[in-house]
Amino acid sequence: MTNGKSGGSGAVVLSVDGVRKKIGRKWIIDDVTFDVREGEIFGFLGPNGAGKTTTIRMLVDLIRPSEGKITVCGFNVNRNPEKALQYVGSIVENPEVYTYLTGWENLQHFARMQPGVDKARIAEVVDIVRLDQRIHDKVSTYSLGMRQRLGIAQALLGRPRLLILDEPTNGLDPKGIKELREFIRKLADEGLAVFVSSHLLSEIQLLCDRVAIISKGRVLAVGGVNELVSRNSPYVLWELEPFDRAQELMIDRSDIQLLELSEVTLDDSIIAGMGPNSLITIMDEDLIPEIVAVLVTAEVEVRAVHKINPTLEQLFLKLTEGETID
Amino acid sequence: MINLLPLIRNECLKIIKKKRFYVILLILLVLVPMFTYAQMRIAERSQNKFNSDWRLEVQQQITDNQNSLGSDRIPEEWKSYRKIFVQQLQYYLNHDVNPNEPSGVTFTREFLDNSVTLFIPLLIMAVASDLVSGERTTGTIKMLLTRPVKRWKVLFSKMAALLMFVSLIVLSTFLVSYLISGLAFGYKGFNVPVFTGFQISGDSVDMSTVHAVPQWKYLLMQCGLIWFVSVVVALLAFMVSVLVRSTAASIVVMMAALIAGTILTNMASAWTTAKYLFMVNLGLTGYLAGTPAPIEGMTLAFSMAVLAVWGLASVIISFTVFTKRDILN
Repeated sequence: MTNGKSGGSGAVVLSVDGVRKKIGRKWIIDDVTFDVREGEIFGFLGPNGAGKTTTIRMLVDLIRPSEGKITVCGFNVNRNPEKALQYVGSIVENPEVYTYLTGWENLQHFARMQPGVDKARIAEVVDIVRLDQRIHDKVSTYSLGMRQRLGIAQALLGRPRLLILDEPTNGLDPKGIKELREFIRKLADEGLAVFVSSHLLSEIQLLCDRVAIISKGRVLAVGGVNELVSRNSPYVLWELEPFDRAQELMIDRSDIQLLELSEVTLDDSIIAGMGPNSLITIMDEDLIPEIVAVLVTAEVEVRAVHKINPTLEQLFLKLTEGETID
Repeated sequence: MINLLPLIRNECLKIIKKKRFYVILLILLVLVPMFTYAQMRIAERSQNKFNSDWRLEVQQQITDNQNSLGSDRIPEEWKSYRKIFVQQLQYYLNHDVNPNEPSGVTFTREFLDNSVTLFIPLLIMAVASDLVSGERTTGTIKMLLTRPVKRWKVLFSKMAALLMFVSLIVLSTFLVSYLISGLAFGYKGFNVPVFTGFQISGDSVDMSTVHAVPQWKYLLMQCGLIWFVSVVVALLAFMVSVLVRSTAASIVVMMAALIAGTILTNMASAWTTAKYLFMVNLGLTGYLAGTPAPIEGMTLAFSMAVLAVWGLASVIISFTVFTKRDILN
């Protein structure tokens, strides 16, 4: 397990150190530690109920941690929220804005709550999220995607150095998700630290530079997405004839792990495409040519070899020992 | 550091845009004409009966009440209430002053007297009850509290906006009632004398401190007391709205308390410790008019002190809870 203090190069914007939270008699959050640096997109991954939202609420002073310390740009969020939250733009859960006000009135409302946001800045963020056509309409007439964009505009108002987005792709269509992903990447390239929570592994893998995996209130791993993923060997699917012979050859090797179909997490489309004589293995990809040679000399027909790159999902299942993620 | 003024402006803007205040005005505009019409019918009837001689009418009222005192079926408490009423009417008659001089001003005075314990508090709840719980129901509280502003400032701005609207509600109740009833009864009558200062002990009235004040002065005192009651009710409703997550629950809690108050006022004279409850102390204007207090030993100063303590306590509780509490959902 990495300690979360490594990786990245920019200045640390958000630092979460040994945070725990007790509600009633239960430790809802039990030891969460990680850093988020400027210019990086940091993913916060875990199943529903793992403590993602509780952690996010602690980051923005909605909930006070029982133990531990959260600092933003050097200011303690809970002791000095007036300073620390100045650098934070956030959407906690859904982008809930006042539906009886227009988009513009909403932004004005939040602009009055932070220093240095004038009319020009409001117009600027409206432009950034491309809401200029509808900004003077009541929010109650907005679609979910537009509310999401208004939420982001609101979060960007105060020129934050840290942007916190809780499940930002919830309720967006595939096109909206792609746009949002590009948008977040652009913000990070401009130096913003972006903290994104999600229960969708693919989402995090596509979007984030680094990731923390949380389950049952504990952070199980923190690290670069690629670094974490490469700790796992890829799946290699074989289609071989005769099947029994091939299985015998493989089963003896210590560097190959044979798997049953029920043990693996693969896309349905891949499983559907597999013939009856398929073998699923986990092995180093450099071994493939050697194995092919062995099979061929043993007069086994190699019909197909298919390598499936490792995913966060595999890592996740390994870390949580099969806890489901939905 | 964020100034408080922009925050208060935000809160006022939200109350206006939520159209709560318009609803209150609308309620007044619908109900006041109804009461005015009812009052007009009463005036017409007594005119036919007594040929516009108010002395005959008052004399009749006195006789009616005195007759009923002999009946065994009337409870003792009502009897003492009626005895007091008779003495007051007699005082008006002796001084040749019509206690019910029909005018827009008199109507307003009576309307305010009748609305201080339930009607005006209800109007105030329309604004106060969802100030905080409304933000929690919609989830906007998260947006509000993740700004770089201390929580007490957010709450203070809400409270300040609330007090402004409370004043506005009291003022509009007065204005709407005067303007509409004036159409029927005329706009004059500000200088008509009204007696105040009746000292009630048991079922006798001490007249030594009674003095006449012009009706405008009486109305001013009345509005001041109503404003005080309204502020306390607003602060209580505000506290409930901080404590309870849903607006519906917050309204129900306050309604129950207010209605319990009107019920208790009618039957709690035996249970004397009930006088420390805020809801039996809401009828401050009754002390001006000289109606007997619901529980023996209650005076204007006592009631105001009780209300002030309740109001202060709710402010303290509101701020303590709001600044400390975790926002879990």
